[in-house]
This record gives sequence, C-alpha cells and structure tokens, in this order.
Amino acid sequence: MKYIDEFRDKELVQELSRKIKQISGKKITIMEVCGGHTMAIHKFGIPSLLPGNIELLSGPGCPVCVTDIRFIDRSVAYSRLDNTIITTYGDLIRVPGSSSSLDKEKAGGADVRVVYSTLEALDIAKQNKNKKVIFLGIGFETTTPSSAIAILEASKKNINNFFLYSSHKVMPPAMAALLDEGIKIDGYIGPGHVTTVAGAKMYDDLTKKYNLSIVISGFEPVDIMQSIYFLVRQLENDKPKVEIQYKRAVDYEGNLIAQHMINEVFEPRDDWWRGLGVLQKSGLGLRKKYESFDAEKKINVRVEKPKEPKGCICGEILKGLKRPTDCSLFKRVCTPSNPVGTCMVSNEGTCQAYYNFKF
Amino acid sequence: MSKTILLGHGSGGKLTSDLIKKSFIEYFDNPVLNAMTDSAVININDKLLAFTTDSYVVDPVFFPGGDIGKLSVCGTINDLAVSGAEPVFLSAAFIIEEGFSIDDLETITQSMREEADKAGVRIVTGDTKVVNKGQCDKIFINTAGIGILERKFENISTGNDIQPGDKIIVNGYIGDHGIAVMGARENLKFEAEIVTDCASLNHLIKSVLDSGADIKFMRDITRGGLATIVSEITANRKFGITINESDLPVRESVRGMCEIFGYDPMFLANEGKVLMIVSAQSSHKALAIIKENKYGRDSAIIGEITPDNPGKAVLQSIVGGSRIIDKLTGEMLPRIC
Amino acid sequence: MCLSIPAKILSIEGKTARASVGGTIINVGLHMIDDIKEGDYVLVHAGFALQKISDDEAQETLKLIREMENINQEQEKDDT
Repeated sequence: MKYIDEFRDKELVQELSRKIKQISGKKITIMEVCGGHTMAIHKFGIPSLLPGNIELLSGPGCPVCVTDIRFIDRSVAYSRLDNTIITTYGDLIRVPGSSSSLDKEKAGGADVRVVYSTLEALDIAKQNKNKKVIFLGIGFETTTPSSAIAILEASKKNINNFFLYSSHKVMPPAMAALLDEGIKIDGYIGPGHVTTVAGAKMYDDLTKKYNLSIVISGFEPVDIMQSIYFLVRQLENDKPKVEIQYKRAVDYEGNLIAQHMINEVFEPRDDWWRGLGVLQKSGLGLRKKYESFDAEKKINVRVEKPKEPKGCICGEILKGLKRPTDCSLFKRVCTPSNPVGTCMVSNEGTCQAYYNFKF
Repeated sequence: MSKTILLGHGSGGKLTSDLIKKSFIEYFDNPVLNAMTDSAVININDKLLAFTTDSYVVDPVFFPGGDIGKLSVCGTINDLAVSGAEPVFLSAAFIIEEGFSIDDLETITQSMREEADKAGVRIVTGDTKVVNKGQCDKIFINTAGIGILERKFENISTGNDIQPGDKIIVNGYIGDHGIAVMGARENLKFEAEIVTDCASLNHLIKSVLDSGADIKFMRDITRGGLATIVSEITANRKFGITINESDLPVRESVRGMCEIFGYDPMFLANEGKVLMIVSAQSSHKALAIIKENKYGRDSAIIGEITPDNPGKAVLQSIVGGSRIIDKLTGEMLPRIC
Repeated sequence: MCLSIPAKILSIEGKTARASVGGTIINVGLHMIDDIKEGDYVLVHAGFALQKISDDEAQETLKLIREMENINQEQEKDDT
C-alpha cells in the first residue's frame, strides 16, 4: 500500500537503528505525546531497536486516557434517558466511569452505537427524528474538525435532534503543563496529524517560552525512527528546535479550512485533564451561535458524584512520572479485560501497551 | 469481574476463556473436559472417539462466499480434524426466529448438505425450535460431531510433544472470514471482493497425517484469531513461540481494511485455517503436501518454537523489532486513535 | 490519537469521494480540503480527508535515509 509499505521498509529502519546507536551517547528520555505513536511504537517493537541509554515515555496524548471521569458518568447518564441514542467512537465504549461504562449500559439495553465518522451519527439522527442523538466528541485537533463539520451540517440541514457532548481538547497547554512541572523530558516526538491540521505554527508560543526539542513525526516505523534520530542529533549537539520529519503531510500553516471550521463552531475554555488537573483554555466548547446543539446546555440529566478508582495512578503515568510497573494494581487487578483506569482501557494507553507488548 | 455477560465474552479471547473457567469448567469439572482441547477425546472399550460441539450465530446469515449453514458444518468438522480424528457424523439443531423465510432456511440446509458431502460426512440427527419474533436473531445453529481417532494421533490435541525447533505452518491467508463478514455487515465495497475462507479441512489434514510427517499439534484458527492461539499454546509451557510478521500470509485488501479500522490481522476470525506445529525435519514435506490441496495453496511457515521467552509468544515485526503477542481482549472495535 | 490512513481518490461527487485503501473502497468527506482530483492521495481520519499527501516530500524523506545508508557504506569502505 502506497505511503505505508515504503515507510515500513526493514532496511531503512535497521539503518536508522544503526545510525541512532552510532551518534547516541547521552542518557535521554523522549516522550511521545500522541496515542497513535504509543500504539505504533509498541506494535512494531521500536524500543527493541534503540540503545539502552534512550528511554521512551508515553505522555498525555491519548484522548481517552485524559478524559475526566465525569464525562463518562454524564455519558452513561445520557444513555439511560428515554428516546436517546448515544453515538460514539469505539475508543470510549469500555472506559470505566464511577460505577458503569457505555458497554455495560449497552448490555443493559441502552441504545449505544459505535460509529466510524460523525456523518454516520448525523445519518442516525436523520433516520430517528423522534429521538435525541448525542455524539460524544473526544479527540484533539485531528478529530475536532469532524465534530465541527457535523455541527455545520446539522445547522445547515436543520437536524435539530442532533447534539454534541464535547470533550475536545488542544495539545499545547498540556505540553506546557508538563514542561512547567519540570518533568525530566529531553525531547518530544510531536503529534503528526494534530500538526497536519493545526500547522507547526502551533508550537510558536511554546518555543518562545521553553527550549523545546520536538520533532513532528509520522506514524510508520521509518518515520518514528527518523524522528528519534533527529531528536538524538539535536540533543547530542545541544540544538533544541522544532523540526518537521513528517514533511509529506505537515507544514507550518496546516489545514486552514479545518482551522476556520473549528474557530467558527468552537471556542476555547478551561478543561480538566486526568493527571494534569485544570488547564486554562485547553478545551473546546460550542459557541453560543450553535448552542442548540450543545448536549450539556440542552439536555438535563442527573449525574452521580464522581468516584475515582482507589489505587489508580493513571494521572502520574500520563505525566511520565511513574511506569505501569510502579502501579500496585497493574496486572494484578487492572488488566485489559478488567480495566480499572483509562491507561489500561485505551488501545493507546501506556498500561495496555505495556501489558500487551512489553517483555 | 463483570456481573453480567458482555459481548466481549463471546469474542474468543481472554474474556471468553475467563468465563469458561469460572462459570463452566468450575461446575462441569471432569478430566476429559478439563483437557480443554478442540474436541473431547473419549475412550469407549479401548476405541478412541473425538466429540465436539459448536454454535453459530453469525450476522449477517448470508455473506460473501458462504452462509451460516456452511459455517456450522465446516466448523465442527474442523474441530474434529485438528484433533487428528476422521469426522463421520454430525447433528444439527436449529433455533429459528418466527418470520424467517423458509426459502432462506432451505438455502442454508442445502448449503449444509453440499459441505457435508464434500467432507464425506453425514448429518444424522437434529432438532428444530421456533421462538417468537425478536427472541433470536433470524437463525442460530448448533452442530455436534463425532470422529474416529487413531491411537497414534492421540497426543496431537494436547501438544505435549512440542519441542523447540518445531516449525509453525498456516494453510493460507488469514483474516478473510472476519473481514468478509464485517464488510457484509457494514455494507462496505471492495475493489476485489473479500470472501470467507470457510472450508472443511479434514481431507487436507488427513493427507498430512497419512504422509507420516511428524505433526506435534494442530488447532483451527477461529474467533480470537492467530494471536489468541499462539499465546494460549505457550501459556505455562517451557517453550516460547516466535512468529515472523513478514511471513504471515495476509491479503492486501484485508490489510487495507485493518489499516482503516485499526485492526490487527492476527486477531481476525477465520473459518478455513489450521495452525500446525510440525517437527523441523518434516516441515518442508508437510508444507508441500498441504500446498497440493486446494485449501492450502498459499500455506506458509510463519514461525517456530523457541527455547527463548518460555511461556510467551513473540512477534518479530516486519521492521525487525520484537514484541509480545497477547490474546484478544474484549471485542475488536473500530477506533480513531 | 490520530489513526489516519493514506487513501487514493477514485472518484469525486460534490463533497464526498470514493477512495481506495489497499483495495477497500471507502467514502471520504472532502469538507476540509479543496483542490483534490482523481488519483491524488489523501490522509483519511474518521471518515474525512485531512490533507493531501505530498509525493515529492515523501520521496525526499526516503531519499534522505537512503543517502545516509550510502554515507555509512562509504565510511566503512574508507575504514577498511
């Protein structure tokens, strides 16, 4: 498959592995902030191709992992309402809330449907005019445009039974929070598709304030290895900067049409991130103009008090402060088939990656 | 642990095996069952029989290349064949939803007869139940099968003779069935249609057994996929398994689907695939024989038993990195992340 | 969180296109991009095209790494 196979070429990856081992001397910690990278790194066995002085850490780039338990609880409450259909990406369905999860509600008879695209959710709304259809909007800059498009279409076509419950977030405040906390991260593998949409200009503010070593990476093994190579080169030469490895899909400006749609439909608001707490202007809520589609404003529901699972240290794992193996629940109580925290539920969560792939 | 049954409990991975241990074996508990082999091996007056059962609830009922009837015959025949037994008889029990088309029913039963004939097996007893509309999804079928097992093949289902150095063979492209059914369910279109690989493998397996090739173990690769099987085989054993990703036969179109939805082909369901562990010396002979059969043309040696990483199944990725292969957890769902 | 896949545009009708990923045909929303024609490759995420893939840049990236390989081989030759 074009643009996939060439970037999975074994020879190129092995060459990059050799090159990295050649130039790498310092003990460094590299964090990837995108769940897609966490997945790819473990799926292809990247850690086994790196020298022992390079440690890879996963950061808060898995939108499921950083989602507030209250979002799940409220979604569960919505699913219990009469004449209500919940539409969601597959990623959310097994995430545990305070006392239930969407797949448990589905098993109990709630109408919860996994969709691949927001346009599918809109179709469901069109076909079920007598029901409220709520779409659970999670995701960063890559996925937010899909929700924006759905709202614009709903507005244009008067699909008034369609609602969005937004937990959309933006990445830079989270990266700044990590840097502010002084967590020892030498360099970042930057989120490729987030940057495709928002453009490398999204790091301008961060680079003004911090000495940021970041390489915007694609998702194939060749991309990730080349990005690690660029990072090592930057760090060995003490030359931190923003570099784009994923040049075939990323540039400085990004996708202006998508940015315009996001700005038209959403406005920034403070938001709560698991592990990081409240971050200013890190979330996106619907603008007043599109209020009629806002589930939070238009659909009343009683939500239980949030109950965080005891012993769960997902928050610290998300910041790279602790490893899954430091958690007393890891593998004993918390497993992929019986997840306690979000890091284990999500396919991109650090804990699930460790459980499934690590030796 | 969940207090109610979840869809994930039926997917063939971890949740399923946990449920089986806790809610079934705990109560039924007997040495024949506890062996947990694809077929039960029973000794009657010193003659060995293999006995197995399976239920089929696939939706949609008709899919590219097959239907629920064909599936129900092949699946049970294969469970017997991979135990080293020669399948002879099947039973077929039906639970049918009120309103189901009789024409469709007869298409299904005809399909079952055709498949049974191909395999040289007869359906000799059965049952029919009808339930109110909405109480089952169109039609569910259970088949049970009996096969004759020669003593010399008795150990095949236990895998107790597996040794480091043994090779792992799969008889063709993996993932076709899972994607064909998913494609039909989601109404997806393909440039080249993906059809189920559903087939009775008893003749293919018999030809390998009769050749004298040293077969150590066989299992048919169904729900939960190849990954679930290799991780189950190694559990609590003194050997490990290494699978070479670049040797795995996967069709381009199936790969494309997996990329789109974030699936791993190693977890996809199959209905015409057997995993064989054979001695290194026999492996090329076994491979040649399998390739002569029409259901084995695209066979490949995909890995081997190793003394390293005991108790674990490891994947050598296409780029040379390595990582653990684990069982399927829950259901595979399309993801954005 | 950005599972996106390169897909080849087969045909366009208004705001949607039919695209192929290794032989599977999917519908892709073109709401976020313009100036797309048949034969172009786009990145598809959750049913929408995010960006057109630049073939020049793709080839350039691969070329860079292959050049590294050559430099290494040259160095090895010099060393011996």
